[in-house]
Amino acid sequence: MAESKQNFLRIDNLTKHFGEFVAVQELSLEINDGEFICFLGPSGCGKTTLLRAIAGLDPQSSGSITQAGKDISNLPPSQRDFGIVFQSYALFPNLTVFQNVAYGLENQKIPKLEIRKQVNDLLELVGMPEQTGKYPAQLSGGQQQRVALARALATSPGLLLLDEPLSALDARVRATLRHEIRSLHERLGVTTILVTHDQEEALSMADRIVVMNEGRIEQVGTPEEIYSAPASPFVADFIGVMNFLQGKVTNSGKVLIGGKTLDCETANIAEGSKVRVTVRPEDILCSAKDKNAANSFSVKVESVEFLGSFCRLILSGPDGFGELMTDLSTQQVHELNVTPETTLTAVFPARSLKVFPESL
Amino acid sequence: MSTTDSIPASIVPARGASSVRIKLSRDDYVLRTGLVVVISLLAILVVLPLYSLLSKSLEDMDGNFVGLQNFQEYLQTPSLLTSITNSLSVAFFSAIIVLVLAFIYAYALTRTQMPFRLFFRGVALIPILAPSLLAAISLIYWFGTQGVLKSWLFGASIYGPIGVIMASCFWVFPHALMILITALSTADARLYEAAEALRTPKWRIFWTVTLPGAKYGILSTGFIVFTLVITDFGVPKVIGGNFNVLATDVYKQVVGQQNFEMGAVVSLVLLLPAVAAFIADRWVQSKQVAILSARAVPFQPKSEPLRDWLLFGFCTTIAFIFLAMLGMAAYASFVTFWPYNLTLSLNNYDFDLMDGGGWEAYFNSIRMAIYCAVFGSGLIFFGSYLVEKARGVSWLRTILHLIAMMPLAIPGLVLGIAYIFFFNHPDNPLGFLYGTMGILVISTIVHFYTVSHLTSLTALKQLDPEFETVSLSLKTPVWRTFGKVTLPVCLPALLDVASYLFLNAMTTVAAVVFLYSPETMLASIAVLNMDDAGDIAPAAAMALMIVYTSAAFRMLHALLSRYLKRRTQDWRKR
Repeated sequence: MAESKQNFLRIDNLTKHFGEFVAVQELSLEINDGEFICFLGPSGCGKTTLLRAIAGLDPQSSGSITQAGKDISNLPPSQRDFGIVFQSYALFPNLTVFQNVAYGLENQKIPKLEIRKQVNDLLELVGMPEQTGKYPAQLSGGQQQRVALARALATSPGLLLLDEPLSALDARVRATLRHEIRSLHERLGVTTILVTHDQEEALSMADRIVVMNEGRIEQVGTPEEIYSAPASPFVADFIGVMNFLQGKVTNSGKVLIGGKTLDCETANIAEGSKVRVTVRPEDILCSAKDKNAANSFSVKVESVEFLGSFCRLILSGPDGFGELMTDLSTQQVHELNVTPETTLTAVFPARSLKVFPESL
Repeated sequence: MSTTDSIPASIVPARGASSVRIKLSRDDYVLRTGLVVVISLLAILVVLPLYSLLSKSLEDMDGNFVGLQNFQEYLQTPSLLTSITNSLSVAFFSAIIVLVLAFIYAYALTRTQMPFRLFFRGVALIPILAPSLLAAISLIYWFGTQGVLKSWLFGASIYGPIGVIMASCFWVFPHALMILITALSTADARLYEAAEALRTPKWRIFWTVTLPGAKYGILSTGFIVFTLVITDFGVPKVIGGNFNVLATDVYKQVVGQQNFEMGAVVSLVLLLPAVAAFIADRWVQSKQVAILSARAVPFQPKSEPLRDWLLFGFCTTIAFIFLAMLGMAAYASFVTFWPYNLTLSLNNYDFDLMDGGGWEAYFNSIRMAIYCAVFGSGLIFFGSYLVEKARGVSWLRTILHLIAMMPLAIPGLVLGIAYIFFFNHPDNPLGFLYGTMGILVISTIVHFYTVSHLTSLTALKQLDPEFETVSLSLKTPVWRTFGKVTLPVCLPALLDVASYLFLNAMTTVAAVVFLYSPETMLASIAVLNMDDAGDIAPAAAMALMIVYTSAAFRMLHALLSRYLKRRTQDWRKR
């Protein structure tokens, strides 16, 4: 039992090609029972292809998929155990909300009364208890997606697949539904895979995120790990905003950028290799006074972009640093009296810097 | 901004030769069986008859293979060769005339604030309700030997190319108009606003925005009108006089001279321009990409008094001519004895007293039209459903789609003669169909298959492709989703197909003229035969009966559609 809890869904060496094009390449992944997983990546990274392979809709070219201890690689979709929700809702337009949710139940020889009870419970669960008689066209996008969710959950599937379910909704509804899907998952505990290209969505909803690029996994980890310890420059760049600095490892284990040296962790990287150092905008500390701390440099403010609760500064650093971005609270901007042409001191704390060899 | 140094995914060889094969579900078996059944059915009804036609053209009267000898003989018969140029020129001029007139008409209906647009639209669609023969008969009353306006032709005869072109223009006009209306309706207002913001003069907007937007519709219209005219048999038969065209040659060879082999050769010659126009049209359609994106803003025409009233004058003239064509036939059908006794009576409607099948022919037509509407729309919708929804087996779906497209390129006459050869063959187990109502229904459904197929395919394509996926995940069998969702949502399109088949079955002459028997005489054939026998007034009366029936059916269809729309409006639009 504990064994299957660890590997509810196992994907082994899965490859999918469409003609010459390889959409997913030798991908392996294990998903635990009850986990909320996000497949995150730019369009064309293979995340939807992977989801459709798990559902059996576009079978993989090679590799295997095991669900709940059973090899499902060769099963048609109708013999697999999943519920699915699409970006387009795909609600049956000529059926009422009630009929849509009851659609899968009516197939299982369940008494009518029992169906009625279950459907009402489900609609209650997704927060739509009073709209049973309406048709999909009479509902808003968010409401339709709730109904689609209830319909997918009706047959109590072991796996819930969500294919960009929030992408067609406007920002406000998206934020609410994000939260509700997450709490629904906490209540039901159904293993869920969400495909998205929206990193905010992935960071706020997932237990673990699978970052994909060009048909491969770049990193698997919790949202915190993905954000604070990106495993590759791709992840560093794709998640959040990141500054990249080009440099070379010196014999003392530091990184030489232009004429300046930067103190940072360069273990396992040979001396003389070209590297890229990454730092998040919010990790660059700015002050007016000269500080004698390590990694402190004088920078010039090029422009200030007001973004509501904070401001984004474009800085030009010493030679070789190029342009840098940093975020300051609006209050700080006032305190430091930042305007273009202001000169500031920027500190790059060593623990916030991550070094990647150029070849990665 | 990926900087990963990976090998481009496309050049990595696939690992492991053995590809994963998904087991087939019950649904897959059902759909694949359906595909095979429908493909076999259409192969028997479309491909095999064409093969019989082809092989017949290579045989002599005793059934021996003689190679291209018949074709050689054809090329050495000058009287037959002139038909080629006659056919081509008549079709060409009709296409040009209709294209110009129908474009202006469609422009007035879609791009102006001209008054009475709905009325003009309705009038221009009248010819669809009538067999093509009606126009020819009406022209005889206007300009024939005893015609009212004979002098207007300055001594030229209506029996010949003039009459053929005039009558052809009348009956193909609505076909052209419908395509052009569609082409001109899909305009994006933003393009016009942008052009106006750049201070573009009106005529330049027309040449640079309006015309290019409708380009494909115009080309398509040209090809379709050309094909309709060159393959039409009714008009030249009635008003062609001694002016021979390919279509009348086929009829003469087969029905007149019983020279089936030469008939086969001429019908293959007739097939050539039809197939060429079909291929050209397909090519044009493939060039057409969706100009109208989802974000397009619908064009709202503004009123421009001078332009609108000029076009009003134009449309009034055309509408007047149309009403005059229909009105003359209607009037003549009530006149006791043209032109000597102009008192009105119902004598000409006493069909049982004339040769040509009597009232029974009329009721046969209605029966046949109902069979076509019911069985045809069912079969065609099922076929297009399989093309759109069967999973995997894309090659089988492609085959079905290709066979479904074929009838559009086959002129009705050619189909009819191919059916004679195929079903009349002594070894054919389906020979029992020959001479029955069944073969009339089958040939009519096949003849009008393609347009109906495309109509249902369009309706099916508008459904979310994920409906089937959702059903799979809910473990619902495919036929349940078909019955509960697909069919109800597509019902309006299905009704359109049934109505299209009914109207065409009522008015068609082409294929059935070779296939009817004395017991299965049809109204449209009766018109032809009565005209042939010199009973023009009763022929007009029978043609009018077809018009009345078609019009009544159209109204029924409109009422039913409206009822359906009202009943389902809750889920159609917000």
